[in-house]
Amino acid sequence: MDIIRAILGRLMVVLIYACGLSAILFVFGIFFFVFREGYPFMRDRIDWGEFFFSPEWYPNSETNKRYGALALILGTGSVVIIAMGLAVPFGLGAAIFVSEFCKGKTREFLKITIELLAAIPSVVWGFVGLMVINPLIIDVLGVSVGLNALNGGLVVAFMSLPIIVSIAEDSLKAVPDTYREAAQALGATRWQIVYKVLLPSAKNGLLAAVLLGVGRVVGETMAVLMATGHAVNIPFDSDIPFFHALESVRCLTATIASELGEAPRLLPNADGTYPEEADHYQALFVLGLLLFAITFTINLTADFIVKGVRRKG
Amino acid sequence: MFGRGSGAAFSLSVFSCVVIGLFLTACERSDSSAGASNKISIQNTGSDTMVQIAQAWAEEYDKVKPSVSVEVAGGGSSVGIKDLVQGTVDIANCSRAMKPSEREQAIQNTKKTPIEFIVGYDGIGVYTHKDNPLKNITISQLAEIYKEDGTISKWSELGAEASFCPSDEIIRFSRQSNSGTYAFFRKAVLEKGDFKLGSRDMHGSKDVVDAVANTPCSVGYSGMGYKTHEVNFLAVKNTDDGEAFMPNAENVVNKNYPLARPLFVYTLGEPTGEVKAYLDWILSPDGQNILKDLGYVPVK
Repeated sequence: MDIIRAILGRLMVVLIYACGLSAILFVFGIFFFVFREGYPFMRDRIDWGEFFFSPEWYPNSETNKRYGALALILGTGSVVIIAMGLAVPFGLGAAIFVSEFCKGKTREFLKITIELLAAIPSVVWGFVGLMVINPLIIDVLGVSVGLNALNGGLVVAFMSLPIIVSIAEDSLKAVPDTYREAAQALGATRWQIVYKVLLPSAKNGLLAAVLLGVGRVVGETMAVLMATGHAVNIPFDSDIPFFHALESVRCLTATIASELGEAPRLLPNADGTYPEEADHYQALFVLGLLLFAITFTINLTADFIVKGVRRKG
Repeated sequence: MFGRGSGAAFSLSVFSCVVIGLFLTACERSDSSAGASNKISIQNTGSDTMVQIAQAWAEEYDKVKPSVSVEVAGGGSSVGIKDLVQGTVDIANCSRAMKPSEREQAIQNTKKTPIEFIVGYDGIGVYTHKDNPLKNITISQLAEIYKEDGTISKWSELGAEASFCPSDEIIRFSRQSNSGTYAFFRKAVLEKGDFKLGSRDMHGSKDVVDAVANTPCSVGYSGMGYKTHEVNFLAVKNTDDGEAFMPNAENVVNKNYPLARPLFVYTLGEPTGEVKAYLDWILSPDGQNILKDLGYVPVK
């Protein structure tokens, strides 16, 4: 009996160990797959100058195929700017309110409601952007099209709020109560406690919250596909105010989602090169790699920042 | 000793739960596949324009022949063809003809030749907002609006008074590139050219019409079956001094309307059995009437 128990115990250990390892395996597996699909394009075809500095994305052209991702990168960038401009002040404000100024039932109610925001599927957010925010922007701002960077930014701001609020609130909670008590003993007002004591000591956690929010925004697909107008267009120029939030844009993620369905995955020729029709599929995977690199860097940075907090604590 | 024993018992129970769980799901799966074999299913994906026709056919066919279920999905003509090339569907709906390269891929992949059926005709309507006073447009004007390096970007350049649109800017609605409507419009209007960047590329046929209805300054193209009273059609002329034709059944059938196209259905190899029966029914008066009721033009 003891032997069976020992074997089962051992088996469980191995099983759980394998579960833990599988997460790492999946991340590297996905990276490897994305890289493998995009690699031939980077090896044979890509013009890096065009890829990063030309806005001309013409993967379907019959005469002159061009793969310039600048407009797509800046489209994602513009949505991030707007989303963070809205979600960071509101998110941090909400976190401060929930963690410092709220008690009992109100607090629980707020926390649950904010977390409920995370439970709304992204396609529903996209629908809200398309059917609610679109006419609202047209009416209020008097522009002709409401599907634009502002709309997309608004929608993903809502989507990144729960992440920002819950991580920021955790890091505010992690500030020892002795800090608050000491500040109070010195005669600080509540606002002074927040401003002079809590924010500085929780700043790493708050920064991580913001970065993870950015990661969420960069990776969001369905909602931006529906809300941004999906137009290859650079919303920045030299005219004041330099950034035109009311222009339609197209994001990296949305481009991959909308075009992958039609791009065929073809086998290589005998000499290892690929037919020209395979470029589109591979180029989309290069966009995927770019996205992967962006979100990976952001999450890793956030991780290191949080680690920094723990070491200090 | 007691603690360790209960730990092992716990892990044992967890383990057995997992095993039983796997077993149960395995049973369930084999059950469901057995259930599905009673009812023959025809898989059907492709053109977004044709989704509403295909769905109407599928619903009606369910009454005609309850033993066969036709499963319809959209995604765009290119998606349907891709599925057909990979052999995952029985029927691909397509609002453009299959390209020779796609035909070759299909033969290479599946060793079967795609067979083409024309199941109806559709006109691509050029839609504007209901307040837009413009009545007609030529193909070359459309090209100048939509083409890369095209020269027309203001409504006043088309002779439309700007009162309906203070900014005077023509806002272009287009389709995402997996759409057959996109491919047809590009071929018919831009010839070999490319679209001007900056058009709002919508996901579905209906999205274009909805967007035009909400946007006074806009122009868009979509299947003529999606017309609502909130949008206008522009009559289309082939040449500057030619006659302008509205998109309607008569003009599509007698080929006067310049932006008309056949709607295709593709199968892998000559259809047999239930797929053949279904296609025969589509082409029968019953099937064709459904298509006609939806605003499309029957074959006969």
